[in-house]
Amino acid sequence: MTSEIIFYFLAAVSVITALMVVFSKNPIYSVMWLIACFFSIAGHYVMLNAQFLAIVHIIVYAGAIMVLMLFTVMLLNLNRESEPHKSLLTKGIATVTGGMLFLVLLAAMRSTQLGAYASPEASDAGFVQKVGMVLFTDYLLPFEMTSVLFISAMIGAVVLAKKEKH
Amino acid sequence: MSIILFKVILIVLIFLISLGLAAYATYGERKVAAFLQDRIGPDRAGPFGLLQPIADGVKMFLKEEIIPTVSDKFLFILGPSLFMMTALMTSAVIPWGTPVSIGGQNFNLQVADINIGILYVLGVVSLGVYGIMLGGWSSNNKYALLGAIRASSQMISYELAMGMSVVAILLMTDGSLSLNAIVESQGEGKLYGFINVSGMNWNVFYQPIAFIIFLITAFAECNRTPFDLPESESELIGGYHTEYSSMKLGLYLFAEYINMFISSAIIACLFFGGYNFPGIEYLSNHLPQNVMSLITFVVLFGKILFFIFFFMWVRWTIPRFRYDQLMRLGWQVLMPLAIINVLLTGAAITFFGN
Repeated sequence: MTSEIIFYFLAAVSVITALMVVFSKNPIYSVMWLIACFFSIAGHYVMLNAQFLAIVHIIVYAGAIMVLMLFTVMLLNLNRESEPHKSLLTKGIATVTGGMLFLVLLAAMRSTQLGAYASPEASDAGFVQKVGMVLFTDYLLPFEMTSVLFISAMIGAVVLAKKEKH
Repeated sequence: MSIILFKVILIVLIFLISLGLAAYATYGERKVAAFLQDRIGPDRAGPFGLLQPIADGVKMFLKEEIIPTVSDKFLFILGPSLFMMTALMTSAVIPWGTPVSIGGQNFNLQVADINIGILYVLGVVSLGVYGIMLGGWSSNNKYALLGAIRASSQMISYELAMGMSVVAILLMTDGSLSLNAIVESQGEGKLYGFINVSGMNWNVFYQPIAFIIFLITAFAECNRTPFDLPESESELIGGYHTEYSSMKLGLYLFAEYINMFISSAIIACLFFGGYNFPGIEYLSNHLPQNVMSLITFVVLFGKILFFIFFFMWVRWTIPRFRYDQLMRLGWQVLMPLAIINVLLTGAAITFFGN
């Protein structure tokens, strides 16, 4: 019963903060709401007994990626006043693309079956040892491929950022 | 006594101890500085100036509070609050001593023995950046913004090396991330396999490189000299807290001392056996359990106080780095060194057992 209450609370927080990300006029506030949203999602992970995923979610998204986002927003000094006026064409295209994405999501949602809330079973599947074991045995190849992908992305960024020699 | 009541009491106690220790760390800092510079230091308020922190606190509260007119008021207040909150949150996973028994029931002297202890610490540390960044940005002052950007890029850079140095420790403790397990593993077994002193199997003897890397990165994460570039008063007039006054400034300064206290505790837990000390086995066989808890708590505190002193000692001995030197040290020296250390530790465990 308690877990159900916590679930609905977290779900409400997730949805509201996600909406606030979009509706905030000031980009800094958007970033802050997004961080709050990540925290509520981490809460969901904890509810599913996946402590490792929860904390990695916090470290990677809230601790690293959002810091960089905040960095960019602060340095660009995006304010409500300085926001450039968009032309009617841009607005029209944005509406059409957004509507199409909405349709796709709606089609995907239609086929999901909404069940009643079932509290997750107590298991240690989300603990560090179990996740590490699975990652380095069953999913070793995809895991290594991902790290190669990341390294190539990092090298690419370094190459782009490096000053050209004259 | 229910577990919840015990935890609540423990949390309140740790909270009060953190605040009290942070207050007296400011006094300690001034006394240490005075000693190193051949001065007397604060000695007016009370005997030996012991009431100085209280006088400072009262002064902070009574100062006029100024909020810059063009700043974002909400974020301006949120900044120091977040910084203080993240500073206080880390203490939840530190094991403060051996379990106490109350009414025949054992209670761990730890707020939360979670499976991911050390990752929790790293996670909270990485959130500490927000307090500084929001404070610096919302001040609407270029010096504050520069300080905030310096602080956050420094903290992000040094977090990586910090995480990598901890990995070597985790390899040694059978992959458990719980701080409690890490501390307990240092109380068992013989040092190097033959020196038979109980409670002396400390990680620092196996992982000196990891310890030095962790210590340096802890200095950087706390924004202490030689890494106090975010504040450097000679160039940035105080950095991210330039525009702050009254107790909001106090919160920033105070949180720095709490950070110092917590990082000392974590250094003690990871590398210096936490609450373990030589001869713990003999004493625990001869003394009642609760007395033992008290002794281990005092021992851990002794270690913490030593590291706090070490922080101060370094501050008044070494001048600060230049910014490019700081970045080079973080990325080109500490990071590769930490990775090599992890590889060597892994190889040693694979080929030579434990």
